[in-house]
Amino acid sequence: MRYVICSGCGPAVRLREIERIVERKKTLEAFKKAAADRILLLDGAMGTAVQNLQLKEADYRGDRFSKHPEDLKGNADILNLVRPEAIRVIHDSYLEAGADIIETNTFNATSISQADYGTASLAHEINLEGARIGRQAVDHFNNLTPDRPRFLAGSMGPTNKTLSLSPDVERPEYRAVTFDEVEASYKEAAAGLVDGGVDFLLIETIFDTLNAKAAIAGVQELETERDIEIPVMLSLTVTDLSGRTLSGQTVEAFWNSVRHARPLAIGVNCAFGAQDLRPFVKELSRLADCLLVAFPNAGLPDELGQYTEPPVETAAELGEWARSRLVNIVGGCCGTTPAHIRAIGEAINGAAPRIPAASQQTLRLSGLEAVSIGQ
Amino acid sequence: MNKSDISTQFVVIGERTNVAGSALFCRLITDGNYEEALSVALSQVEGGAQIIDVNMDDALIDGVAAMTRFLNLISSEPDIARVPIMIDSSRWEILMAGLKCVQGKAIVNSISLKDGEAPFLEKARHIKRFGAATVVMAFDEVGQADTIERKFDICARAYALLTNEADFPPADIIFDPNVFPVATGIDEHDDYALNFIEATRQIREKLPHAHVTGGISNVSFSFRGNNRVREAMHSVFLYHAVRAGLTMGIVNAGQLAVYSEIPDELRERVEDVIFNRRPDATERLLAIAEEHKGSPEEKEREKLAWREQPVEKRLEYALVKGISEFAEADAEEAYQKMGKALTVIEGPLMAGMDRVGALFGSGQMFLPQVVKSARVMKQAVAVLLPYLESSGEGSARSRAKIVMATVKGDVHDIGKNIVGVVLQCNNFEVINLGVMVPARDILAKAQEIGADMIGLSGLITPSLDEMVNVATEMETQGLQLPILIGGATTSKLHTALKIDPAYSGPVIHVLDAGRAVKVVSALVDTKSRSGFVEERSQEYDEVRRRYKARDRTSNMVSIEEARKNAEFIEWQDYVPPKPTFLGLRSFADYDLAELRERIDWTPFFRTWELKGNYPKILEDAKQGPAARALFDDANSFLDQIIEEEWLVAKAAIGFWRAAADGDDVVLYSPDKSDKPLARLPLLRQQMRKREGRPNYCVADFVAPKATGIDDYLGGFVVTTGIGCAQKAAEFEARNDDYSSILVKALADRLAEAFAERMHERVRRELWGYAPDESLTNAEIIREKYDGIRPAPGYPAMPDHDLKRRLFDLLEAEKTTSVSLTESYAMLPAASVSGFYFSHPRSHYFGIGRIGMDQVEDYARRSGISVEAAKSLLRPNLPIETD
Repeated sequence: MRYVICSGCGPAVRLREIERIVERKKTLEAFKKAAADRILLLDGAMGTAVQNLQLKEADYRGDRFSKHPEDLKGNADILNLVRPEAIRVIHDSYLEAGADIIETNTFNATSISQADYGTASLAHEINLEGARIGRQAVDHFNNLTPDRPRFLAGSMGPTNKTLSLSPDVERPEYRAVTFDEVEASYKEAAAGLVDGGVDFLLIETIFDTLNAKAAIAGVQELETERDIEIPVMLSLTVTDLSGRTLSGQTVEAFWNSVRHARPLAIGVNCAFGAQDLRPFVKELSRLADCLLVAFPNAGLPDELGQYTEPPVETAAELGEWARSRLVNIVGGCCGTTPAHIRAIGEAINGAAPRIPAASQQTLRLSGLEAVSIGQ
Repeated sequence: MNKSDISTQFVVIGERTNVAGSALFCRLITDGNYEEALSVALSQVEGGAQIIDVNMDDALIDGVAAMTRFLNLISSEPDIARVPIMIDSSRWEILMAGLKCVQGKAIVNSISLKDGEAPFLEKARHIKRFGAATVVMAFDEVGQADTIERKFDICARAYALLTNEADFPPADIIFDPNVFPVATGIDEHDDYALNFIEATRQIREKLPHAHVTGGISNVSFSFRGNNRVREAMHSVFLYHAVRAGLTMGIVNAGQLAVYSEIPDELRERVEDVIFNRRPDATERLLAIAEEHKGSPEEKEREKLAWREQPVEKRLEYALVKGISEFAEADAEEAYQKMGKALTVIEGPLMAGMDRVGALFGSGQMFLPQVVKSARVMKQAVAVLLPYLESSGEGSARSRAKIVMATVKGDVHDIGKNIVGVVLQCNNFEVINLGVMVPARDILAKAQEIGADMIGLSGLITPSLDEMVNVATEMETQGLQLPILIGGATTSKLHTALKIDPAYSGPVIHVLDAGRAVKVVSALVDTKSRSGFVEERSQEYDEVRRRYKARDRTSNMVSIEEARKNAEFIEWQDYVPPKPTFLGLRSFADYDLAELRERIDWTPFFRTWELKGNYPKILEDAKQGPAARALFDDANSFLDQIIEEEWLVAKAAIGFWRAAADGDDVVLYSPDKSDKPLARLPLLRQQMRKREGRPNYCVADFVAPKATGIDDYLGGFVVTTGIGCAQKAAEFEARNDDYSSILVKALADRLAEAFAERMHERVRRELWGYAPDESLTNAEIIREKYDGIRPAPGYPAMPDHDLKRRLFDLLEAEKTTSVSLTESYAMLPAASVSGFYFSHPRSHYFGIGRIGMDQVEDYARRSGISVEAAKSLLRPNLPIETD
């Protein structure tokens, strides 16, 4: 990393930037140190928590969007602009439950996903505000207990379009979106999150590796443009018990496809409950030369689409992962609550973190399956 | 170590999905035939390629679009997409386009220092952003490296730049130190192979974690046309290069000789060339290259070996392999050796045919191969016949005698001839009476020779009535011989409902050649016969019972209702295109070479009971060898058909002013008079349709008279069958049924191709409503154009009598020499006729079942009796059962 003070262009501004860069570097060091000491606790579901607020269309619109031509109900991310205090309450509840890392409320905040609500042009602002709300929550708790730093992850979901699959079975060569569009959309979201103060990005619920590669390219583009380092975590989701992504890759093929991001952590989330997720966590754990993050759902949804796995069960499973030294960061996805996070925290308490796999200088190619060419 | 690491000593990169390297693949891409292009990729993967190289660098191809489309398509084919892609291009924008399509970790092929360090590093950084590995050519600002030193130095420099300046992972660097051809006759080239191997060794030793690849087949470039030597060179070169550290290579995996199985002399001389071990290495390899030319030695040895066996074994072998080259000589020799013609026939010949029958029955041989075997049999028997007759030994005992005929009025006989040949292979005597055979001739022949059964065939719908007629005639004469019913238009239903009740002897519907053997065998076996006949009889009873139980009225509407639900076309703002001429035009002696390009091969293979789509079928695991052999034969026949003018192609087309009048289309003469030239009565669907689905009639595609709009209709007759019967007869006289069937099947395909080509010319120039249409053959086969060309007697206009009106309008008999039989079959059989409709909404459909109300209306409109109309429209009426 280079930062040179240029006397000709506003030393004060430059100094502030340098302060921020130094600050970021310190945070990253602190994070790495914490992760080396113990298994870190990620927060639980944001979507479920927002649903529990039972907001109405008018709540999503607020004053600002009362005239917006499209329905906004269900656009959880826009609450960053109209109901920031509600989001803050959710963050606080997870931090109180013991989370070391919370995720911003920006899962669907890319311009591509926001286009469904006619709010694509707000993407940067939604991410910026989402990051600010999370930052305030994290800073608040860090002020209370400075000896135990918490971190803010900028959440970036998979978008609602896919680069590896055609939405039209009659035209398998067709794509609803281009790589460049997906890359630009992620870059814009990432810029908002970085501007709002996240510590790192979490590209999550990856079901199409090509989307993830576009996200990585977008973030790297931003790094080059801003001349800063933006750490990323990557988390895929598998769609069936064979352990393939929706776009058809095996876990190892996925790892080979995204290793170049040199992620801070890689992992698995969503999909199904912890028990069924274990083999894929184990596979990634074997392969990855970085931290391992896992945040499963609270079991499988019942007939009504409700997640009913009680905290004690989720916690028992994740506790076992911890003792088997499979993980570095654990938390919850759909259906998990602060109670789950608290229980998981208790279950992993005292367990030693996983040691990342050794880095290997191997040509690791992949299609849907991995082909590794050794020495 | 996981599974994917095990077989990674040398990684095979498939080379066929490369427009620069494969003429086939290039043609598929320029034709837009991506479906088949994908099958090339699939066959690579199935053939063992662990990575596939995709290259779209061609001046006539939009490389970015082609790369994007092809890689996107691959993503939807898990059997291909499972392997990594090597994105191959000399153009950066194509490489980038490729990288944006692959979710896996790909390899870019390639970048180099050719344009200096800055662009090289810039590209490397981009590639790294996509997480891809890259091939780096040993190529710098000076040029391509050919010495060991230059190769290594350039690679070492690139390595240092990539790892230090671009932070590129060293394991993701794959060097290509340039495989150049050796044994070119130029002394400076003699060290090229050795230099590659040595450079590979140094790169692997001194540049940690980097890999090496190469385009292997380049090394043998000077031996083009001699695959045997080329395969040996690739094998030897690879053997040593892999030992020096070569990681992967672009190579045709199916074409690698096994190093240890290369004959010593050849291997030694190839190694002399590869390692430049002696000054005369090239001369010495050239000296023995001729000996090793052509098919691999194993096959050569096998080829000779079978000729060394005793003559009985040779005959049997020739039969199973379908090799007719020695049939006559071997038959003669066997006769001299065994002394009796009958012993030869019932000994080795029968033994061979039994094996053919068994192999066909168990699905290990396919129809074209069986027909070739039959040719060997016939030619051998032809040599023996004079001996049989002169010695009074009597003829060989066949299992049964079968009289076969295409019924009166019908001219189609390819399928019937195939069935005949296959039956002969199974030792049944087949008396084939040909086409257009009246009932009394069939019966007379059967009685004359004491036939055991009769086979009737037909392709057009009026033949169904004629079959009933033959059966009735046999009943009248009190015959009890089994009747076999076959042909495209026949069905179990029609056989059960109409033919079986007309005859008290057994009537069996036979679907294909394979089943014909089983049926005939069951009928001649005294033990199985009664049980088999009883079973069929019960089956037909059941078919009849179910047919009668079906309620066929509730899902029909009256013709008035159907007309109210006609397809609605908005004519107000529509200006029908005007043909470039009105009246008639004929084409004598059309260029067959032009038609060859238009052949739709899939139905050709279906004729030979090879099931699957062309060209995929050529690579089919089971049928592939049979399909390829047939395809080769077909193409060499096409060469001769064109060069030696075996066939003549003629066509007549016409355009007329036209207006719809109810369900009729009225045609007018070109002069502006309103006097109708002809009135074409057409049929309308009467099945009850779902909401929003019209009851179709082709008349709806022509502007109604009431609109006052000038619209037009076209018509055509094309043939490629002139000369076909004569040629087929020549082959039959030489006991060569295979060639006879082949030439007929090809004439059929050419006729269809002619109809397709003429329709295209009509759309683009003669009617001219789609001058800019540009479709590939595959797209034309899928009917991706505006307008239709329905044929009388087929589903959209099932009345065969329209064909008579069409022929009269076109004066077709005069200009094309095609005539119509009393059943409206076109003679020669390789002919196609139909009408042209131009409206963009026009489309194909089937009329299906119609009601008596429409039949009566149709009789009125056509000026014929209701009985005559019923007879014409019988296939669309419920089958009357007693």
